[in-house]
This record gives sequence, structure tokens and C-alpha cells, in this order.
Amino acid sequence: MIESILFIVLALLALASAVVAVISKNLVTSIISAGLVSLLASLLYLLMSAPDVAMTEAAIGSSLATIIFFYVLNRIRAKEDSRD
Amino acid sequence: MNIGSIAMGAGFLLVLIGLWGILTRTHIIQIIVSFSVVDTGVHLIMVAAGYMHQRTAPIISEGLAASDAPSLVVDPLPQALVLTAIVIGLGVTALMLAFALRIHEKNDTLEIKNIERLRW
Amino acid sequence: MIRTFGIILTLIGVAFLFFSLFLEYETPLELSGSASYYAASTAEDTGSANLVSAIVVTYRGLDTLGEVTILFLTSSIMSYMLKTKKARNQRTFRESSELLRTASALLVPFIILLGVFIFVHGHLSPGGGFQGGAVLASALVLLLVADPLYTVQSRILSVIESSSGFLYVLLGLSGLLFGAGFLDSRVLPTGRVGELFSAGLIPLIYILIGLKVGTELSNLLSVFHSVQGQDLMEDEGGAR
Repeated sequence: MIESILFIVLALLALASAVVAVISKNLVTSIISAGLVSLLASLLYLLMSAPDVAMTEAAIGSSLATIIFFYVLNRIRAKEDSRD
Repeated sequence: MNIGSIAMGAGFLLVLIGLWGILTRTHIIQIIVSFSVVDTGVHLIMVAAGYMHQRTAPIISEGLAASDAPSLVVDPLPQALVLTAIVIGLGVTALMLAFALRIHEKNDTLEIKNIERLRW
Repeated sequence: MIRTFGIILTLIGVAFLFFSLFLEYETPLELSGSASYYAASTAEDTGSANLVSAIVVTYRGLDTLGEVTILFLTSSIMSYMLKTKKARNQRTFRESSELLRTASALLVPFIILLGVFIFVHGHLSPGGGFQGGAVLASALVLLLVADPLYTVQSRILSVIESSSGFLYVLLGLSGLLFGAGFLDSRVLPTGRVGELFSAGLIPLIYILIGLKVGTELSNLLSVFHSVQGQDLMEDEGGAR
């Protein structure tokens, strides 16, 4: 019972941060929220007894993908700052 | 209502949210973020399809003899497929971001409204 | 106006499709055909305790070979697309803090050790080549954050990458010669389930996959790192 409640709360949090990732005008917020969706999803995988998938999602989906997004964002910001 | 169907519903909703983002956002980085949300949703659906109630992870150990495995473990096949799908998802995201950098190099903006050739 | 209408219509259509799929879905109570075969005979066939690893490396080995090839292609396409100009601009980076530099010098060896542990034990515990490779790449992230001017030895990366890819295919072909088919893992004895030296070729192939994925992801990250504050090379010729 307690497991189902935890699961529902985590799923709702993942959906909420997905909505934030899509509607936010601030790019940093939306990238961080997309990483949060992956992190919460990896917890969901763990509760669904899929530890392999949970490890992969936590290492690749939520950390490396976020870092790549920030590299690109940093480069774009630097370019736009130097132009003004 | 067990965990599997909740996860499947959440996965479908994630795909819908991502699709909405892909269709309505105008900044290319935000479109790519929406793509990664769709990715996560699809992975969630696939893992949920392999989930079975009150079964354990597909790893044989002292508590789980090989002969009992078929009646005690969840479906390992979707998990193996999702494992490769996540890694390829990162590759696809990186490729999209490289294209975005190229577009930015050429047009000095990533806002679709300001790029003549990407407007629709 | 038409556009908004089209978007709403598409979303409603997809939502309806998903909803009908969701209503029809019933959680299965028994494993389906191939899954129950994997669950029942993996331990006997391959000697691997982790069923997911056995499926990834042996039963669906060709998928995995194709998958690391796709990652290799992505990585090389990106190196080509994001080539920077030869004349290096002055790169200015904010000095990273003392704490970060000391911690990275202390932690990087342990992170690499953890990555190697994860892919060596891929057939016994959760984890494997992909996870271990990602952990190796995250060690590189820590190095780059602590010292932005750190230059990645892309020569070493490419040597490790290509030799492990070559050995992977070679091991697969050895299965063709001594085993039952391409990428069959029973070339080496399967041993007892749950021991480190067991499961035939699975640990060896997973080590190679780990090295390959780790170097490919590292190359991907270092390409994105190297474009910071640099001008991209103009595309020569091609459609404008």
C-alpha cells in the first residue's frame, strides 16, 4: 500500500516537472526540469524492479544529457553576449 | 490499480506533454528538451509493459533459484531493449544539439520565428 | 489559426489512441513465450546471474553490436560537424575553486574504479557495460569542470575505442568458430552461476562494451567542451 502511494507521488512529480520543462520560458529551468523527469523516472524503474534500467537512466538520461544541454546553452549565451 | 498501469498511464501522459511541447514551442532548445521528455515517456511505457505484480528483479541469487525464476521474476526482455534505447536516446539528443549549434552559427538565433527558412 | 487547430486536433487524436490502448491493457500474469524461455534457461545456457545482461550480450547480441556502432557514428559525425577553427581564440574561463580542484584529483581515480567495477560485475549484479561506460564518462566531466583547460588525449581515446570495437567483433566471430553462432558466449566454460569467472564470454564482451561506450561518450563530451568560446569551421562547399 505504502509503495503504491510513493509510486503515485513520484509519478505525479515527474508529470509536473515535465509540464514545467515544456512551458517554462527560462531555458535553464526547462533543462533542469527535463533532467528531473529522468531522475524521477529512474526511481520509478527501481520500484518496478528494473535496477539495470534505473542505473542507466540515472547515469545517462539525467546527468550526461543535462550536461550536454548546458554545454550548448553556455556556448549560445556566450555568443549572444559577445555580439551585443 | 497496480503499479504497472499507473506507470503506463504516466508514460502515455509524458509522451503527450512532450508532443505538445514539440508542436507549440518556438525555441529550438525547448523543442529538443520536449523530445527528451517523449523519450523518457516511451521508456516508462516499455518498462511498465514488462512489469508484473509482486515479482522481483531478473537477477538470480541465493534467494532466487534458477528453477523458480519463470514464476518469480518480471519480464527481462523490455528491460534489455530499454537499456539500449536510453543510450541511443543520448546519441540522438547530442546529434540534435550539434545541428542546433550549426543553425545558431549560421543565423545567430535559435528562435524559429526569426529564421526565415524554418518558419511554418 | 489553422495551425493551432491542427495542433489541437493532432493532440486529441493521439490522446484518444493512447487512452484506448491504456484501457485495453491488462497486466499479464504469466511470462510470455520468449521471456519465460529466457527466465528458465539463462542460468543453464550462459551461466549469467543477471538475465538482462545475458539478453543484451548473448541472446540479442547483434542489437548491441549495432547499438555501439550507432553511438560510434554519432560521436564521429559530431566531431566532424563541430570542428573548430585552427586559430585558437583566447579562451577565458573562470578559475574553478580550490575545493573542486582538490576533490577532483582525489575522486577521479575512485570514480574510474567504480565504473570498472560496474562493468566487470555486469553478469552478477545490476549494471554492465553501458552503466560503467557512463560512469567513466562522468569522471571526465568532473575533470573538465575542475580544470577547463584540460586537454583530452583524443589519440588515446580513439585507440581504446577502435581496438575494443575490433576485439568485440573478433570475440563474436570466435563464437561462430567454436560455439553455436555469431556472438555465442559459450566459447569459454560457463562455470558456476554467481562466480566472478563464469558466464563464458559475457564478462569479456561487457568489459569491451564498457570501454567502447565510455570512450565514445567521453569523445562526445570533449567535442562539446572544445567548442566553448571557439568559432566553428565554415562548411566548405555544400548547399547554403
